[in-house]
Amino acid sequence: MAKQALAVTTASVTAGRARSKRGTNWGGIGRYIALVVVVFLALAPFYWTAITSIKVDAEINASPPTLFPQSFTTANYSQAFLSIQPAFAKDLLNSTIVAILTTLLALIFGSICAYAIARTKFRGKGGVLAIVLSVQMFPLIALVGPLFVFFTSTINVYNTYIALIIPYLVISLPVTVYFLSSFFRELPADLEEAARVDGCTRLGTLWRVIFPLAAPGVFTTAIISFITVWNDFLFGLTMTADSTAQTVTVAIPLFNGEHLIAFGEVSAAAVIVTVPLAIMVLFLQRRIVSGLTAGAVKG
Amino acid sequence: MSATIRTEALSTRKPLRQRLSVGKGWFPYFLVSPTLIIIALVAAYPIIDSVRLSLLDNPLIPSGSTFVGLRNYIQIIGDPAFQGSIGVTIIFSVTSVALETILGLGVALLMNKAFPGRGLVRTAILIPFAFPTIVSATIWTLMLNAQNGVLTYVFQSLHLLAPGDSLLRTTPGVITAAILIDVWKTTPFMALLLLAGLQVIPNELYEAASVDGSNRWQQFWRITFPLLRSALLIALLFRLLDALRAFDLFYILTGGGRQVQTIGLYSYANMFVGTTFDFSPGVAAAVILFLICAVVGVVVVSFSRISRN
Repeated sequence: MAKQALAVTTASVTAGRARSKRGTNWGGIGRYIALVVVVFLALAPFYWTAITSIKVDAEINASPPTLFPQSFTTANYSQAFLSIQPAFAKDLLNSTIVAILTTLLALIFGSICAYAIARTKFRGKGGVLAIVLSVQMFPLIALVGPLFVFFTSTINVYNTYIALIIPYLVISLPVTVYFLSSFFRELPADLEEAARVDGCTRLGTLWRVIFPLAAPGVFTTAIISFITVWNDFLFGLTMTADSTAQTVTVAIPLFNGEHLIAFGEVSAAAVIVTVPLAIMVLFLQRRIVSGLTAGAVKG
Repeated sequence: MSATIRTEALSTRKPLRQRLSVGKGWFPYFLVSPTLIIIALVAAYPIIDSVRLSLLDNPLIPSGSTFVGLRNYIQIIGDPAFQGSIGVTIIFSVTSVALETILGLGVALLMNKAFPGRGLVRTAILIPFAFPTIVSATIWTLMLNAQNGVLTYVFQSLHLLAPGDSLLRTTPGVITAAILIDVWKTTPFMALLLLAGLQVIPNELYEAASVDGSNRWQQFWRITFPLLRSALLIALLFRLLDALRAFDLFYILTGGGRQVQTIGLYSYANMFVGTTFDFSPGVAAAVILFLICAVVGVVVVSFSRISRN
């Protein structure tokens, strides 16, 4: 314990590249300053968007730009919500519904797949994982052409939720399987053993013992899947034609005209879309990071 | 007493893994098949179909499904817009991934020692990563536009830009803006991934090296870097592939226009913005992008396999 402390102190003093016998830890201060800069750079653009969304148009276009808002208006938000072209509120609803439905389906299929990968042995297991993960490397634009042709001619679901959910499953399943399998791997195996001894079928064990235990991991994976689908733009753009099924990411650039950027409304729309995401990340950052890195580090 | 009996019984049984895994062997296949079927139908089949569509004349009209061989490919390879898009894509990808890796490593090293508020820092830098790229691009356009962008104002005051000009007016400017936004958005991801890799490295290695007299720089190259290699390669692979596929970013920065395009944007414009005759050339461009990604993937994976042995 003392040896660790000694090593850490030695390392941080050397890292600071400043020799001071005792007293001011320049290395530590330098580190803090650097970290403050990093956090500032990460959040500053969001700050600018937030204040732009509450400024009146005159102040938005003021020169020089104001770092602290001098005016206050909610007009941008109401204009965004009530907007007809694009129908922002409807698109918001579309995004939410499609993301939820896709996540549910991805959880159902992905969880049993993840369980098989985490807990069972079978030939080709490495291949299955490789296939599922390699889908994440596809350029989605290569899927768009045939899907568009298919959805407009063979089965006519263009501009409906189905036309979105089907491709969204492809982007959601790899992420779902990846995170769930790493969460499942961390579950204690003795409990499954006990349930089987008690007479549970294999599927019964799955539903009654594993899933309740895995609930936090499942929840985190659901959020990640939701965010992944929510953030898509390409399929939303190509698989829909209007607000019947259009997603909110497609709506945002549509606020702008040919040569005119609707600064106020667009910034309000951006805030509306990102605040829920930011809150989700806030509550789940630890689990997201552990799920992300577990696979990379343990290999 | 029952505990002792149970312990004896346990020690003669097969290991837990073997007991849990199914003897018959069909159950796991049952579990993975829905996922595999979906992937086969919605990912694998469309890729193959893309190749088929790219070899046709005009698949969007009933009479247009005639086989024209590699004509579409020859057509786009000779198109200056396509050649430009390859240049844009490569410059953007290489530069942004290089910057993200270096900066991400720097941030990871900064965060490697525990300090109060580390969780908060992690959250703060992770937030940009959670936003849709569209939103990130929009947010930055608010700062970079010619009319009222705060960064444009700063650049103009520093005489980096002429009055009335903005970063988004020229091709190099747009690429620079795109790199800036992508680095802002993704450095946290690299940082956290590398941080996890860093934290697996046991402290004793550094202590032993210090005792042996090596300085920080040598320690970094001899200890940190080799042990980080696998995390680094995975991160590099995914980031590089993401950058090659860039679409949303350039769509917003150019207002959906055709001035500065990545391969993905070129493909989209041909498929959906041109005439129906441009559809299959657009698909051909997408196939080319797929091949580029496949080659990159194979190269990096093989490299990591070789270097591991």
